Formats: sequence, structure tokens, C-alpha cells
Amino acid sequence: MTETHSSLNFDTGWQYAPAPESTEHIQIDKQYKLFINGEFSAPQQGKYFTTSNPATEEKLSRIAQAGKSDVNRAVRAARNAYEQTWSKMPSKERAKYIFRIARAIQERAREFSVIETLDGGKPIRESRDIDIPLAAAHFFYYAGWADKLKYAFPGAQVKPLGVAGQIIPWNFPLLMAAWKIAPALACGNTVVIKPAETTSLSALKLAELFQDIDLPPGVVNIVTGDSSTGAALVEHPDVDKIAFTGSTSVGKQIMHSIAGSHKKYSLELGGKAANIVFADAPIDQAVEGIVNAIFFNQGHVCCAGSRLLVQESVAEELCFKLRERMQTLILGDPLDKNTDIGAINSKVQLDKIQSYINIGIDEGGQIYQSSAKLPNKGYWCPPTIFTGMAQSNRLVQEEIFGPVLAIQSFRTASEAIDKANNTAYGLSGGVWTDKGSKIFKVTSALRAGVIWANTFNKFDPASPFGGYKESGMGREGGIQGLSTYLSMELSNDA
Amino acid sequence: MTPKSKAQDKSNTNKARTRVSKTYKLFIAGKFPRTESGRYYAFTAQSAGSSFKANICTSSRKDFRNAVVAARSVQKSWAAASACLRGQILYRLAEILEDRRDQFIGELILQGASIKHANKEVDASIDRLVYYAGWSDKYQQIFSNVNPVSSSHFNFSILEPTGVVAILPPAAEENQCGLLGMISNIAPAIVGGNTCVFLTNEKQPLTAISFAEVIQASDVPGGVVNILTGSNVELMALFASHKDVNSLVHMEKSLEDNKKIQELASENLKRVICRSEMRWHENIAESPYMIEETQEVKTTWHPIGN
Repeated sequence: MTETHSSLNFDTGWQYAPAPESTEHIQIDKQYKLFINGEFSAPQQGKYFTTSNPATEEKLSRIAQAGKSDVNRAVRAARNAYEQTWSKMPSKERAKYIFRIARAIQERAREFSVIETLDGGKPIRESRDIDIPLAAAHFFYYAGWADKLKYAFPGAQVKPLGVAGQIIPWNFPLLMAAWKIAPALACGNTVVIKPAETTSLSALKLAELFQDIDLPPGVVNIVTGDSSTGAALVEHPDVDKIAFTGSTSVGKQIMHSIAGSHKKYSLELGGKAANIVFADAPIDQAVEGIVNAIFFNQGHVCCAGSRLLVQESVAEELCFKLRERMQTLILGDPLDKNTDIGAINSKVQLDKIQSYINIGIDEGGQIYQSSAKLPNKGYWCPPTIFTGMAQSNRLVQEEIFGPVLAIQSFRTASEAIDKANNTAYGLSGGVWTDKGSKIFKVTSALRAGVIWANTFNKFDPASPFGGYKESGMGREGGIQGLSTYLSMELSNDA
Repeated sequence: MTPKSKAQDKSNTNKARTRVSKTYKLFIAGKFPRTESGRYYAFTAQSAGSSFKANICTSSRKDFRNAVVAARSVQKSWAAASACLRGQILYRLAEILEDRRDQFIGELILQGASIKHANKEVDASIDRLVYYAGWSDKYQQIFSNVNPVSSSHFNFSILEPTGVVAILPPAAEENQCGLLGMISNIAPAIVGGNTCVFLTNEKQPLTAISFAEVIQASDVPGGVVNILTGSNVELMALFASHKDVNSLVHMEKSLEDNKKIQELASENLKRVICRSEMRWHENIAESPYMIEETQEVKTTWHPIGN
């Protein structure tokens, strides 16, 4: 691919002045304990680990490492709360607590946004406009379900499961906590949740919020820690349901490890979504869509459009426009309101992305990266695309979880569909065309749980999310998000 | 014994005539092949006084693989058939089964049922097919929705079949003589556009293979339902571990089997559906939720605007 000089250079004459979001109103403690039974409680082994800002490598706080005995305490607290408080509370009252959570998040939205950006590296524009409002909206949505569950399952009776053990990833820390906690509570369960190791802060702030709104002790317990904490939660015999969002390989391990137990499970796993652009698509809109699909949140998105399938006749034009657009993406301080591309979440993840970029080069792909200047400190990866990829290439088959796009071309719709479906994953997909009938043809043929047509990476609490094939099982969001937190009984009436 | 069921008795009524007995084979891709392994086991009548015997195929790994290939190859086109057509085809199954009820009563008796029970089971089996035939163009309306998202998008969720469903057999217990349990698991899978591979209980191969003949006579495209006989212990692990199977339905009660099945199924994240507590003769054993269990939810977004 030839190097082109961008004609979309906005950064001339009128310079973008720095517009950083203030961190003055943010209170981050030096050290955070576990949140068990409504109180902050020190880990029994006294171990803590450091959480830092991936954009600066500065230390933010020390986080408790929960051991087995701490997980035991948390599950016991959740069980007691389930038996003594939460399952006995009229569902209308339960609902009001969840509404309170939603309101309190809205009130403290600015604070949550800044913490999310400091701890995780994502642009403040995204945490402010997407993560935090959607987290509040999720609690709002499910709060209303609490006293209406009987209408969701015609002909059946539903009951809560008991204690839900939940494990969430680092890409949307508070939002994933909301996706997990809101439906669990609405359905009458209590919760033990483990945030990701690198992004525990917003969950611990949420714990403070639970205290503020007087959520009964033990209804939600937060155990921070590494994968050993997660394993202790998954294997705990008194947990009735496991909800996991993360990699496909860990998802398989979880399904394996709870085999033979009574535990219900829902898994939101990896993806390798294809964005399919037809020649009759509005190309400029498609370019925006592609950028949003793969560079949103630095590509740390399980449903990211990490593959682009473009119809041959417009491939050259589209790739040119995409390269131009990449050059205008502003990479840097995640707290700056103009920033498009923030920091990679951790050194580990940056190394993984780099290794995939090397694989792409070894596989013979042509690499193009935006020439954005990378800050000296922190973990950064410029927006990257590869053209000339083959279906069997690892860059086409494997999830990278970074701002790396693999581009292939196609001639016919059926070729595009075959290529799109030809991975082990099936989480999401995108279709770009101006022709309505083609949209329905292609969206119905894609084997994936969420399809965006002429748009990408849109989320809403009312919209179920989850994958086909090895992208997981069960749905989160919408009416479908209820059933994984309930057990159902049918009656024998004719 | 009623005259009708007498006609179905496999014993020879005319002493001078040599009876022609049926070879029980497998049912794969709409055809009746023998097992490639050449292995068999002997089935003997469970009913008192009958001398009926049959050699039943012991399916191998390769037979199962062939069945999955057959199921996969027609899944798309079966799912693309209109809901109304799938309903009519299931109804047709009920018609043909009704027509051949005496044959099935006879075979159920050979598999150990009383005459009374055999009649009841055939009745219930036919009715269950009619029940699911009727759901074909309705379950989607029960489980689909338009989602009121906050942004300017049209957003809807629908069900799509999960793909190839492997079904391990119900236990050969009292009151479960092989026909109803099979139909109660095959019907909800295929009415939703899945294709399936069904393994029969070793003790109940006759009704399964004869039901394959009903399937073949009923406009069900070849490969939509595939039926294997053989060692349940040997095939269980293959059913649970095959990488091109999307869902696994089983009725195992033991903790050990449940554990083994889920462990193997985790290799490709199969949907595992356990129906161990089902009382197949009761209404509780039929519901649209059993269709939903082998479906995926697909959500589609489209902007509203120019």
C-alpha cells in the first residue's frame, strides 16, 4: 500500500489546544479493601497489588488481593443477604433500590468517567458519553423488570437462582459491572463480583455508592484480585450461577470446571467480527463506521469490527479514505476531550498486540499505521490496518483485542458471507449497503448474535447482546438478559 | 390381543410361509446405510412369548461423523424453508405415524411395553408431533421483539436455529418405551430449523429405525433427522465432543455423566441442554421453551434517518 499524504489534515493553522478533563474532584484512596457484607474489609492474607494509569504508568492505588477465604466470606455474605433480605423483599421494593443505584451513578457520572479513564486508559469522551451513561441506563432498565418478571415468561413460573458469581473484564469496567449486577439483582439474586485486575477502581467506587444508597449489606459483594480469585469464585460450591465476560479460552475453562455442578452459566466471550462493505454503500459513512468499529476503545472490544471485507470494486477507494481518516485520529492523553485513541490497557495487552502485528507482517500482510506521535510514557499502539490478508491468516482468525484491522476483499455477497462466517467466533457483524433487501439477505446469513447494518458498536440496555458459536452463550440486555438469572418452572395444565 | 395388534405380531401366522424380517439399519442423509464398522448387537424381544430377534447396527465414530456431515449440509436450506412448510412437514409426520400406529404398538411391545402403554405412547407421540407442528410459525412471535433503544435506530431480536443438534437418548425406564421420548426431543429441535442426529437407546432400537421410515415418507428432507443405533456409552463421548455440533441435548441423570458431557462440550462451547427430569407423558414435557433452548438470539440494528 502506498504512503499517501493526508488531505484531511485538520491540525493546521487552528491547532487543537489541550482540553483535559479535571481530576481535582476525584478522590482515590491510597489503598482499597474488599467490599464484603456492606463494609470494606481487609483481605485475610493482607496482600495488595498496584493499579496504575496506563497512559502515564503512574501508580493510582493499591487494591486488595482476595484469597479463597475472602471469597468464602463474600459468598457467605451474599447467601445470608439472599436468604434473609433480598429474596424476602417485595419485588417493588427491590426495584427501588436498583433505581437508586441508577440515579446515584448519574449524579456521580463525572467522577466515574474520570476514574474509568485514569484507571483504564480509555478516552474521556468515551467514558463520559458511553460507558457511564450506559451503566446508569442499564440499572434503570432492569430496575423496572424486578416486579414484572411474570410477564416475561408466558406460561411459566420463575424463581431467582440464589448467589451469582460474576467475573468481568477490563475493557468497560463499570459498564460490565452494570451489565452483570443489574439483571442479577432485578431477578432477586445476590452477587459476588470480581472486577478485572487492572481496572478495579470504578467497581470500588460503586461499592461506596452502594453504601450511600443503603443497599442492604451482602446484596452485592466485590472481591478484587487476579485470576486465582476468579477461579475461587467459579469453583465455590455455594455459588448458583456464573456469569463471565472475557476470553474464549477462559470461558471454555469455566464451562469445563463447573461441569457436573448445579451452576447455571452465561458466557460473553471473544469475537472476530467482519464489517462487510458493499460497493453500493455510502463510502464515507462506511469509513466512519469502520473507524468506530475497530478503533473505539483502542479495539479493546469483544464485538469490535476487527475484520473488514470490502467489495473489490471499491476496495482501493475505501482503503485510501480509511488511511486518510486514520491520520486525523488524535492519539494521546485519554483525559483530553479531543482524544480519539487512548492508551492500551496494560503492558501485557500491548505486548500481545505487538506480537500480532509482527505475525501479520510475517504472514505477508501490508501494514499501514497512522503516523500519530506516541507519548513517551505509557502503553500505546497507533491505529493499524493490514491489507492483503488471507482467510487462513491468524490475523483473520484470532482475536487481538487491539486497534488492528485485517482487510480482505470479496466479489459476491455469498463470498462475503462465507468469509465472515469462517471463524470460530460469532459475536457480531456489520453490513454496509444502501440496498434494503441486501441488508436483510446478509444480516440473516451472518452467524452472529449482534448485527449492525449501516452502523456499528451501538449498545443499549434494551438490546440483547451475546454470541453464537465460540463467542459464548446466553444474552445480556433486554428481556433475553433475564432468563440467565432465573430458573423456570412449567405447570402441567393442558 | 386386538386383531390389529395381532397383525403386527412378528410371529408367523401361516406356518407354511417363511417370514421376511426387516433389517434394521441406520438412517443417515435420508438413506438407510449399514454401519461402516460392520459391528452389531443382538436385540431380543422384551415381551413374553415372542421369539423376535434382530441384529442392530453398532454405529461407529465414522457413522456419527457422516451423520453430522449430513445434518450440517442441509441445515441452511432446512432453516430457510418457510415456517409454515416446516409445520406442514411435522404435521405430515403425525399423519404417517397415525397411519402406521399398529406397527409401532407392536414394536413398543417388543421393547417391553404393555399393550395399554404402547397404545398410550403412540397416541401421545402423534399428538406431540401435532403440538410442535403448530408451533412452527408461532414460537418466533412469542420470543422475538422490537427493542426500544434510546438512540435513533430500529432494533429487533429474533430467534435463529443454533445449527446441528446432537441428541442422546432418554433412559429406557418404565413408561418411556422409546418412541415418545425420541419424538419429544427431535420435534422441538427440527421445528426451529435445526437439523439433528439422534442416538437411540440400546434397548429401544426398533421404534427409532421404524420412525426413520416415517420420516423418509414425510417430506422431511434427507439429513434433517439422522438416527443412529449402537453403544450409548461409546457414542456419548463422541456426541459431546464433536466440533461441528452446536447443541447437545441429553437426559443423563448421573452426576458423573453430566460432568463428562459438559467437560467435552466445553471444547467448542456447545449449548448443553439437560432434560433428565422430564416426564414425557405429561403436558409439562412439551413447551415452546424446548424450541427456544436450541435457538440463538440475533439482534439487528439499523439507523433511522436519511
